[in-house]
Amino acid sequence: MREMLYAEALVESLRHQMATDERVHLMGLYFLGLTKHRAIMARLHADYPGRVYHPPIAEVGYVGVAIGAALAGLRPIVDMATASFMFQAFPQIVNEAANIHYMSGGATKVPMVFHFNHGIRGGGAAQHSHSPQAMLWNTPGLEIMAPSTPRDVMGLVNTAAASDNPTAWVDHVRLFDTSGPVPDDKDFSIPFGVADVKRQGGDVTVFASSWMVVRALEAAETLSAEGIQAEVIDPRTLSPLDEETILESVAKTGRLVVVDECHRRCGVAAEITAVVTERAFGDLVAAPIRVTTADVPIPFSPPLEQHVEPTTDKIVAAVRAVTDSAAG
Amino acid sequence: MTRTRPLTDLEILARMWLIRAFEEKVSELYAAGKVAGLIHLGIGQEGSAVGTCAALGRSDYVFGTHRSHAHAIAKGADLRRLMAEIAGRSTGYCKGKGGSMHISAPEVGFVTATGVVAGNIPLALGAALTSVTRNEDRVSVAFFGDGAGQSGPFHESLNMAALWKLPVVLVCENNGYVEFSPLSAHTVVERLADYASVYSIPAVTVDGGDVLAVRDAVTEAVDRARGGGGPSFVEVLTHRLRGHYEGDPARYRTLSEREEWKRKDPVARFARHLAESGVPPESLDDVEAAARTRVAVAAEQALADPPADPAGVTGDVYV
Repeated sequence: MREMLYAEALVESLRHQMATDERVHLMGLYFLGLTKHRAIMARLHADYPGRVYHPPIAEVGYVGVAIGAALAGLRPIVDMATASFMFQAFPQIVNEAANIHYMSGGATKVPMVFHFNHGIRGGGAAQHSHSPQAMLWNTPGLEIMAPSTPRDVMGLVNTAAASDNPTAWVDHVRLFDTSGPVPDDKDFSIPFGVADVKRQGGDVTVFASSWMVVRALEAAETLSAEGIQAEVIDPRTLSPLDEETILESVAKTGRLVVVDECHRRCGVAAEITAVVTERAFGDLVAAPIRVTTADVPIPFSPPLEQHVEPTTDKIVAAVRAVTDSAAG
Repeated sequence: MTRTRPLTDLEILARMWLIRAFEEKVSELYAAGKVAGLIHLGIGQEGSAVGTCAALGRSDYVFGTHRSHAHAIAKGADLRRLMAEIAGRSTGYCKGKGGSMHISAPEVGFVTATGVVAGNIPLALGAALTSVTRNEDRVSVAFFGDGAGQSGPFHESLNMAALWKLPVVLVCENNGYVEFSPLSAHTVVERLADYASVYSIPAVTVDGGDVLAVRDAVTEAVDRARGGGGPSFVEVLTHRLRGHYEGDPARYRTLSEREEWKRKDPVARFARHLAESGVPPESLDDVEAAARTRVAVAAEQALADPPADPAGVTGDVYV
C-alpha cells in the first residue's frame, strides 16, 4: 500500500493503461481540469506524443472521432473537461456510442471511456457545474463509474479500460486533493457493479457517490459524536448498480438517506429511493430522505451556490430527521 | 490492404442492377405491408454507391446513413441478411434490432449506418485515425447527403480531417432535396464542394448519373488518402427517384424534374453506354435478369425466416 493523492492515482492509472495497452489513446487533455495538478498530466502527454490528441474545441466532432476509433479497434479515453461541455457531444455519446452495439445486434462494439468533471467546483455558475449522471443513466448501453477515492479511481479505470462497453467516467475536481491508500499492484482492478461500504454503522444507511462520499463521511463523523452510527454505501458504479449491498444495509438499519449532486427531479437519488421502496418497503421504518442539488440552475455567488448544493450540514440534518421519525 | 481486383464494367452494371432490383423489391414489399417502418430508398442513386465502392477494397471502411441499402450492397453485403434485417427478421444483419437505417456488416467493411444526419462523419474520421495509428492503408468513407452540409458535425469533421490529414473520403450525395424541401431553402451555398475549400480539402463535383466518373473521382481521392495526402471531398450530383421515405408522395418535386432525372437514370445510362461500346444487348439483359432473380430468391428466403424473437430483446445492450 502507498499513500497517494487522487490526482496522482488518476494519472498513474492512465499512465499504466498507456504503458500496457497500445490500443489506448487519449483524446482531449484536461482530465485534471484547471487544477494545480495538471502538470502531472502534461508529463504523460509528453511521454506519448503519438497517442495523445489535442482536439479543437469541437466536442461533437472529436468525441465522434474517438467513437469511430473504438469501432475500428482502438480503446480511446476521451476527456471533455467540464461535464457541462459533454452536452455538446451528447448526440455522439447517447445516440451513437450507447446504441451502436445494440443496433448492430452485437456485430460491432465501442470499447472506450468518456471522462468529465461534474458538479459544483466553486464559482463555475450555471454552465460549468452540471452533474449529468442521471441523464446518462437513462441511456441503456452506457456503463457509468463515479469513483470517490484514489484506490477506487485506479481500480475502476483498469476495469473501464478493459471493458468492451462505452463507459462514462464521472469525476469531480474536488476529489483531486484528497488522498488515501492505493495498492502497489498497478493491475489491481475493481469489478463494475460492486458497491463499497465506506463506513459501517447500524442506525441509518447513507448512499453517496463521487464527491458526495467525502461529505457523507464527514457527516457520519459528526453524527457519531451524537451517538448516531451511519453506514455509508458508495456504489462506485451506477451502471451496473449493486442493488443488493444497498438493500442489505437498509435491511439492517431500516432508514435511508440518499445524497447526490444531481438535481432532485429524476436524479440519481430518485432512482435509488425508488429501488429501495420497491424492493424493500417492508424493511423501512421511516420514509427515505433525499439530499440533492435544488432544482435551480447553479448560481455563481458563493452563498447562493452553497444554498443549493448538498452540504455536509444538510446531510447531518437529513440523518437526524430520518432517525428522529417513527421508531423502529 | 487486400486491394481487390478492379470490377469489370459488367460487374459494375450488375451491382447497380442488384441495388435497383433490391430497392424496388423493398418498395413492393412495403406497399404490400410485408415490411414496415421508416424506409428510405436509394433508387436513382446507384451510380454514387457503386462508383464509390468500386474504388474501395474490402477492408476499407464505409460509414452509412439512413439511406444506405445501396451502400451496403455496393460494399458487398449479403442480400438475404440485408432484406431479413429490413423485414425485422432474427436472421438479419442486426437480428432485427437495427432495421433499415442501422445496417451493420463489418465483415465487408460496412461498419455502421446512423439515422442522424452527419452523425456518421466523425465516426469515419475515427476509423481513419485508427488506420494511421496502426500504419495500415485502409481508407475510410463517409456517405452523407446535402442536408448534412449545414450541420455542426459536418464542419467540425472537415476541420479535423484536414488538421490531422486523415485518410478519409467524404462523399456528399447531393440529391437536391433536404427531406422535403430543396437545398436552396437550407443554404445560399450552391456547390457543396465549396465548403471543402475553406478547410483546404481537395474537392470535386461529379455527375452521379455517370458511374465511371464517380469511380474515377473516388479512386483519385482514395489514392491521395493511401499516399498520405489526407482527406478529399467528392460531391456527387444525384437524384432519388422515390420520396424521402416510402409513403412520401414527394409533391414538392415537379413532374418535369422527375422526367428529366428518369432520363438521367444512372443504371439505364450505363447500360446504354455499354451497348454503344459493343456489349451485346442480350448480355446486358442477362445482367438485369440475373440481378432480379438473386433479389427475388433473397427476399423469399428472408421473408420465410422467423421474426425477431422478443426473448432476445435485452441482449446486446452490453457486450
